Amino acid sequence: MIETEKFSRSYNYGFIDESTKKEIRRKILKAVAVPGYQVPYSSPEMPISRGWGTGGLHASLSLIGPDDVFKIIDQGSDASVNACNLRNFVRRMTDCRTTFDTAEATIIQTRHRITEEVLTDKQIIVFQVPQPEVLRSVERYEFKTRQMHAEADYAKMWVSLYESYVKFGAIMQGAGYPVKVNKRYIMTPSPIPRWDVPNLSHSDTLHVFAAGREKRIHCVPPHTLVEPLEFEDIKFMVESFDGIQCSVTGGTDAFMDEIYESDGDRKHTINDSNFMDKVRVGIRPRQRLFKNPA
Amino acid sequence: MVTDNSDNWLLRVRGLTKIYGDPISNTIRYTGPKYGTNQCPETDAIVACAEIDFDLFHGEVLGVVGESGSGKSTLVQLLYFDQESTGGDVRFRGFENGDVNLLTVSNQKKRYIRNHLMGMVYQNPRDGLNFKFSAGGNIAEKLLMAGEFHVGRIRDRSSSLLERTEVPVPRMDNAPGSFSGGMQQRVQISKAIANNPPLLFLDEVTTGLDVSVQAKVLDLIRGLQRQLGISMIVVSHDLSVIRMLTDRTMVLKNGRIVEAGLTDQILQDPQHEYTQLLVSSLL
Amino acid sequence: MGYVAIKGGEDAIENASRLTEYERVNSRTKPLEIDQIRTQLGSLVDKIMGEGSLYAPEHAALALKQAQGCPLEGAFILRAYRATLNRSYSSDIVDTRSMRVVRRISSAFREAPGGQILGPTRDYTVRMLNTDLASETKEDFERFISEFDFLDTDVLEEPKPFSKIMDILMEQGMLHGVDEDEDRRVVDITREAVKFPAPRSASLQMLARAETGGLCALAYSSMRGFGSTHPTIGELRVGKVKVVVSDRRGRKRCIGNIKVTESEVISKLKQKSRDPVPYMTLGYGLCFGHNETKAICMGILDRAMRVKDEHPANSQEFVLYHTEGVESYGFTNHLKLPHYVTFQSGLDNLRKAMKRKQDAMKSGEKPLAVPANAEDAVDPAPELL
Repeated sequence: MIETEKFSRSYNYGFIDESTKKEIRRKILKAVAVPGYQVPYSSPEMPISRGWGTGGLHASLSLIGPDDVFKIIDQGSDASVNACNLRNFVRRMTDCRTTFDTAEATIIQTRHRITEEVLTDKQIIVFQVPQPEVLRSVERYEFKTRQMHAEADYAKMWVSLYESYVKFGAIMQGAGYPVKVNKRYIMTPSPIPRWDVPNLSHSDTLHVFAAGREKRIHCVPPHTLVEPLEFEDIKFMVESFDGIQCSVTGGTDAFMDEIYESDGDRKHTINDSNFMDKVRVGIRPRQRLFKNPA
Repeated sequence: MVTDNSDNWLLRVRGLTKIYGDPISNTIRYTGPKYGTNQCPETDAIVACAEIDFDLFHGEVLGVVGESGSGKSTLVQLLYFDQESTGGDVRFRGFENGDVNLLTVSNQKKRYIRNHLMGMVYQNPRDGLNFKFSAGGNIAEKLLMAGEFHVGRIRDRSSSLLERTEVPVPRMDNAPGSFSGGMQQRVQISKAIANNPPLLFLDEVTTGLDVSVQAKVLDLIRGLQRQLGISMIVVSHDLSVIRMLTDRTMVLKNGRIVEAGLTDQILQDPQHEYTQLLVSSLL
Repeated sequence: MGYVAIKGGEDAIENASRLTEYERVNSRTKPLEIDQIRTQLGSLVDKIMGEGSLYAPEHAALALKQAQGCPLEGAFILRAYRATLNRSYSSDIVDTRSMRVVRRISSAFREAPGGQILGPTRDYTVRMLNTDLASETKEDFERFISEFDFLDTDVLEEPKPFSKIMDILMEQGMLHGVDEDEDRRVVDITREAVKFPAPRSASLQMLARAETGGLCALAYSSMRGFGSTHPTIGELRVGKVKVVVSDRRGRKRCIGNIKVTESEVISKLKQKSRDPVPYMTLGYGLCFGHNETKAICMGILDRAMRVKDEHPANSQEFVLYHTEGVESYGFTNHLKLPHYVTFQSGLDNLRKAMKRKQDAMKSGEKPLAVPANAEDAVDPAPELL
């Protein structure tokens, strides 16, 4: 029979044991020291599924302390189902305060977006990354992609962009647009939309990209040059929402969600839920907007 | 020995050796034409090339002839870094004026040399072309590696290369898989010369093509050589290819050079028994 | 704060979880006891202990109960629980030669020294649905057990350890273990990410935690034609082994027995260039509990991955990454998460591309290019999403 004692253990602060948290922090430091380089790390199992933000939790929980204020968004939204689940988990494991307010948070975990509101040097943004290897689409073996990164052998990646242009007249990479960090490593900025990509460059904030399933962490430190791959004559372009207004707030110049009504009508709303809340009450937080070249 | 005291060399090769498997000290001594085998009698080691010495001069076309297993393809693959050599010293005027042994430079530098300073055309187009990319994409790969990041200029350059090698330019954006064998070879040639390398390797490029197509591809290569003054090493088992393209020839057997000299001389007056056999089969 | 249907928020997930629980409880049948699961669903418990990477039958049974019987989910719960446990000791190497064997067979020899022991196996039964089990009672259990009353378990002698069948072949030089040139470093895959090519220790650890079905599929592919592993089972043994740790003063302490399944699979002849005498090679599998399929498939794949060939089962990266049950289960299911931001980004590209082509056609221009392969005309890096 099961003795009750056997099932009564409580968890460590932040769920992960201290030595593993320390290991993850050291790997983050290494990733900061070599911007864009994918650092392998232990990636312990978490009580959420692989592919559902385990990497993000590893980074957040190894960095977080009792004084931190934690915000988590999924697809730009604080209220998205998975974000709610992870927020509850982090709150339970750390007793930290959680918030929806971008400006107030000290650690922001995100899936697929950077906040519209500009982040500061007091904040860290942690990305949940499904596939950290930017070269996976042109080379399936890890063994080879590591060598390609070591030798900065990126021709195949460039040819895939060229081929995309030849077929479609534009570089068709949607989200997760490949970027070159600090003029050295090519990396995938997790699948954030192109809209967010320019905000990685020379930002005041530390960006931590953590891929739990693939066991890799890479970083874009503050004030680091991040350049989307583009040709001299075929330029990187962000999604255009020209002339599109948020149907709730009337706001413009933000990444928009496309919403279909039951009668087939289409309307738009601002994707970033906290940003939208602020716009609705007449506050326009500071943004960095990228203008597509003519 | 195909060497010379003259200082006009582009490529100087000394002691180039490739052994597969585990050699022992006598492996090289007990293999070669004298024993009629490449295989070490004591271990299974195979000597593909043993202590090959030769010079290639500026603007020269050097033929390498021999039967299959003679080591002729291995030789160019070693020089193009497709395979790692067991030993030797290779100097190339195009890189640091020939002051360093190419076999010892870093992988990154080897890649630079392959892409900027050398070209290779393989017997099988699948070795030289990426069939997932379009013909133009294959050429673009070389140009991108050389630092050309302007799509318009890449496409102009690719078109002119394809035009030069007589590939219909409108097919530039098609995949090489949809091309005939002869046209695949022409695309390979375009790719190989994309960055105007001073040195080109041609490994059995016409083997497997129809006779009429063969003649056209050979004409093309000869024409390019005249226009560009590019130095070439041409590997073939076919003496008629060697006769048509090359100035000088080395005959390989069991991984050794058994005879070398001016192509005309070798064809007219072969000295080595094996060369005589080769030539008699041609005539 | 629901702006859009997808943003159900906290209430929705709470209710979704309660609804799952409702489905379990709604029938008002007798609640399953942990011990019932542990004993009567032993094969399943063993399977998820292996995949969950934790030898704890009661915890495994509990995980299965919580997962409502889903083995992938059960293994996942167990694995996550395992990650929170402190590691107090590392055990000595388990010696399977001193195993208390309950089953041990060799298909390589008709008679093995020490004898073939069939032990508990369903191998030689007909798989007809046993309708008697539908009305089974506790009395039936007792009646069955009473048939064994003549056995006096107190006087049964301790089974003698069996020598290994492999030893016979090894002594004659016909079978070699690990080649000298193989990577024999010992790493701990739970403490550092595996890098490829991985040492054999990492490879075997990953196989031992891999999902049984995934291993079975790939091992089968290697036997069936996508590979060249034609195995013979040298020895398959199931039984209990002692786990021994050294305490802080260096004294050896036995902390218990665990049931394991071990397979040694003999594969085809090999010949090395330096030493041209041919010999047979070995594939090895060892996993928690009684799970013969897993141990055998581990053996096949251990061998296949060390052969240079181009089939899926010969690639370490392919085999180890894709048989990892917790990861593959999680990632395939993550597709259910909302992806509307990345999808929006793709829509934007597609709309622009459609417009360019339509404009070009309207103005009578020749389109920019004919796609190289129309069916390949996809996003250059779709996996990144």
